[in-house]
Order: sequence, then structure tokens, then C-alpha cells
Amino acid sequence: MNFKDALKTKIILGDGATGTFLQKRGLEPGGCPELMNSEKQDAVIEMASRYFESGSDFVLTNTFGGSPFMLKKYGFEDKTYEFNKAGAELAASVCPNNKFVIGSIGPTGEFLKPLGNVSEDEMADGFKRQIEGLLNGGVHGIIFETQMAIEELILGIKTAKSFCDLPVIGSMVFDKGPRGFFTMMGVSPEKAANEIYNAGADIVATNCGNGSEIMIDLASELVNFSKLPVMIQSNAGIPKIVKGKVIYDEKPEYMKENYQKMLNLGVKIIGGCCGTTFDHINVFRNLINEID
Amino acid sequence: MIKHEGLKEEFKYVTNPDEQEHIGGLFASGDMLMQEIAYNLITGQNDQVGILVKQALDEDYTANIVLDDGLIAGMAIVGVKFRDNIIFVPEVLISARAMKAGMEHIEPILSASGVKPIGTVIMGTVKGDLHDIGKNLCIMMLRGGGFSVHDLGVDTKPDDFIDAVMEHDAAIVGMSALLTTTMPNMGTTIEAFEDAGMREEVKIMVGGAPVTQEFADEMGADAYGANAVDCVQKAKDLSAAK
Repeated sequence: MNFKDALKTKIILGDGATGTFLQKRGLEPGGCPELMNSEKQDAVIEMASRYFESGSDFVLTNTFGGSPFMLKKYGFEDKTYEFNKAGAELAASVCPNNKFVIGSIGPTGEFLKPLGNVSEDEMADGFKRQIEGLLNGGVHGIIFETQMAIEELILGIKTAKSFCDLPVIGSMVFDKGPRGFFTMMGVSPEKAANEIYNAGADIVATNCGNGSEIMIDLASELVNFSKLPVMIQSNAGIPKIVKGKVIYDEKPEYMKENYQKMLNLGVKIIGGCCGTTFDHINVFRNLINEID
Repeated sequence: MIKHEGLKEEFKYVTNPDEQEHIGGLFASGDMLMQEIAYNLITGQNDQVGILVKQALDEDYTANIVLDDGLIAGMAIVGVKFRDNIIFVPEVLISARAMKAGMEHIEPILSASGVKPIGTVIMGTVKGDLHDIGKNLCIMMLRGGGFSVHDLGVDTKPDDFIDAVMEHDAAIVGMSALLTTTMPNMGTTIEAFEDAGMREEVKIMVGGAPVTQEFADEMGADAYGANAVDCVQKAKDLSAAK
């Protein structure tokens, strides 16, 4: 069964946070996570493997910052293809039958002209290099996540669709402000849902930025406006500092209750963003099993 | 009073009575050229702002008047619109670019005449963190608010903040972080100021997507800026508190 067919028949569960786990395996604060696809492959494999064991139907590749624009900041621009391909291969190497690997593409960190200095062609070329690596590494779909600018997201979706017929997810990060939900660049959930659909993506999503309670309101808007299935990856709350350490304090059971509400609203795919762990995914699995 | 028709429309976005009084006061002179500059800044017409500022200086307006009654007054409305979700980062960046076009004519005159900025701020993204969109936005808004800003860029080590404070005799340090993993380096930097015996000499403000007031308090920062507009307000508050 492929990803799109699976989506028609059941609620699908993604994975949890990547960065916090990789730090436990030696990633330095602010270090390049994608470098671990080359130098700490065991850690990347362990992460995918444990998310699958915890009940994830799919895991995201460790390639969030794998655009040449982000890698350039670490001096790894020329490793774009290699890091993305390896990230996909590592997750795919432990992917059970009937489960999936989705290639993660985060923001490029650049603004398109005229706001920024990068042309559409240059940005599309960056996406192309990243997507080629992911596809050749064996992903079953692509997610553009934590996106803020609609122009960048649309360009990414169209570039991905020009290469393959795999499912593509468009996921934006929203803040709740005085006039409701908007991305940093001013994109409302309604606009996001429409534009992601028009660009040819298969799933409309939001991730990061919020704890699970606020995500219920956001889910409600996205479900309301979207012609496509909706996916939510919530943070385990907003990060707090306790004794010098950053913690996310939403417990699995608490998030489960909020995800229950989101599923009732019609959300089709759930997963976790910053601060969510194997334990969270385990509990979300139970939630879905209870419903099925 | 506001005579410019376009600016009148823009001023309608200012709904808080205190802000109406304050921002309305910035346009009290009723000078049409200054209001034209403010309006073009708000609407992001950077070429036009440059032309009008040059024209004003040629007509013997002082650099300070053009800065205060034109550019800063316009930026005040941009700030309100941004905070209230009327506009977002793209529009602010475009207005900031217009501000810069005007400042290019004003800055040489101000520095030649020895006019002091309202404060000097050292800004940087903390060690280990390579993200700078938010920080850069704050810098533009701070400059728009009349501050002199020294930008240390990304991945700024604690010692670099300290050196910059000494070099520029700055009273305020602004630190940014986007990653939760690098947020604790704000605390590390504050400790470094303590160890250097300089903590009393500077006010430290922090900001960035995952940063909260609670976190700022925990780190021992003096202020938390929720966004670029708030950053300017906090910098003004900290300057006043000195």
C-alpha cells in the first residue's frame, strides 16, 4: 500500500522531534544535524528505528536543514546531494513494509527577490539538488515544513512535483496574533490551504510554533479551509528553561487529549514537532488504535 | 496635525488613545513635506523617500527635523501596524529599506555635526546560532527608532559582545536566538558580563522565536522583546532607566 492509499483508509501517525534526540547522541548546540547522516549514521538509524517501533507510520528524514543555502552556513554546500541521499537511505534502511519515509525540507533561510537576494531559479535549483538526493535515497514522499513564506513553499511544491509523482506535504508555522493566525510573512491558514492546494500538493499541514492546545484552533481553521487532508505536528508546549536546561513540558497524555479533539475535527495525520519523544508517539499510537 | 490624505488613512490604524496622542504629536508641525516622507516610508517607496529627504535637506530643513518628523514618525506607524498584524515582515523590510534610503542622506550630516543618537546598541545572534532574520529586523527598527546599532552578526561569542560594548561604549546589548539549543548561550553571555565585572554597566535584552519573558527572567536579562517593535520599545525603556 502506498502513502496516498494508506491516507484514504486510516489515521496516519508521523514521528517526533529530531534535534533533541540527536543532541543526546552528540550533536553540538547549533551544530549541523545533517552532518550526522555522514558521520554518525548509527544515531540517525537508531532514531528512525525507535520511532517506527514506537508506532510511527512514517518518519521524516534528518534533512530539515539540508538545503544548499542552510548547509552553506556550515561550509557543506557541496554536500547537499550526499547528505540528503544519506538521510533518506538511513531511514529507509529500517523502514518496515507498509510504513514510509518522508523527505524533510525546512526553510532555505533566504527571502526570494525582490525582498531578498535569491532568484526563483536559484531557489528552485537548491530544492532540486535536495529533492534529487532524497528521491535517490528512497523516500516515499516529501514534506516542506516550518515554512513561513508562501512563495518559497509553492516553488518547493512545484519543483518536487516536477520530479516525481510522490505525495507532497506543505506545512507552515503560524503564530496567533491580535488578528488571528498568520505566519511571520503574513500568510493566513485560509491562504495557506488554498495556495498549497493550487500548487498541487497532497496534504495541508502545520507544525511547530505552538503547543497542542492552540493547535486545536489552528486545526479547526485548516480543516475548514482545506480541500486536502490536514496534518498537525505540534510542539510539546513552548520551551521553558529550568535550571539552565530547555524543556518542553507537555506530557504525552495531555497532548493525546488535544490530538483526540483534533482528530474529531477531521485531522487525518498527526505527529510531533519540537520536544516530542518516543513516549509521545507511543501514546499517540494508542490514541489512533483506540479509534480504529 | 495631519494634512496629507494618504497619511490620514494610515493614521487610522493607530487606535490606542495613548499612541494616537504620541504619534499624532510627531506630526504636530503639520509640515506637508515631512508628512510626504512619512507616508512614502510607510508605503515602502524607497526611491521616493530618498528623493524627498534630499529635497528637504536642500530646502534647509535640518537633518534632525527630517529624521524625527519624517522618518521616525513614519516608522512609528509601521511599528503599530506590524504589532497589530496589519502588516508583516515583508512590508516592514520594505519600509526599513525606505528608511535606509533616507538615512543615507541624513547620517553623514548627523555624524559631521556630532549629534548623539538616543542610544547605542550592540546586537548579535548568540554563539552556535546562525539565524539572523529576526535580529536584522530588530536592527532596522532600532535604527528607525533613532538608535545607533553595531551588528555583530551570527554565532557571536560572549567575549565578542563584551569587546563591542567596550569599543563602542554601548549601554545596551541585544541578543537573539532561534534555536532552543542555543538559547542557553544567552545566559552564558550574561554570566560572561558578570565575570568581566561589567554587568552593572549594560542593560541586556533578549529575543527570538522560542524566547519568552519567563526565559528572559530565568537568564537574568533586563528585558524581553516579543518582536522587532517591542525590541525598540524595550531599548527605549532601558535607555530611560539608565
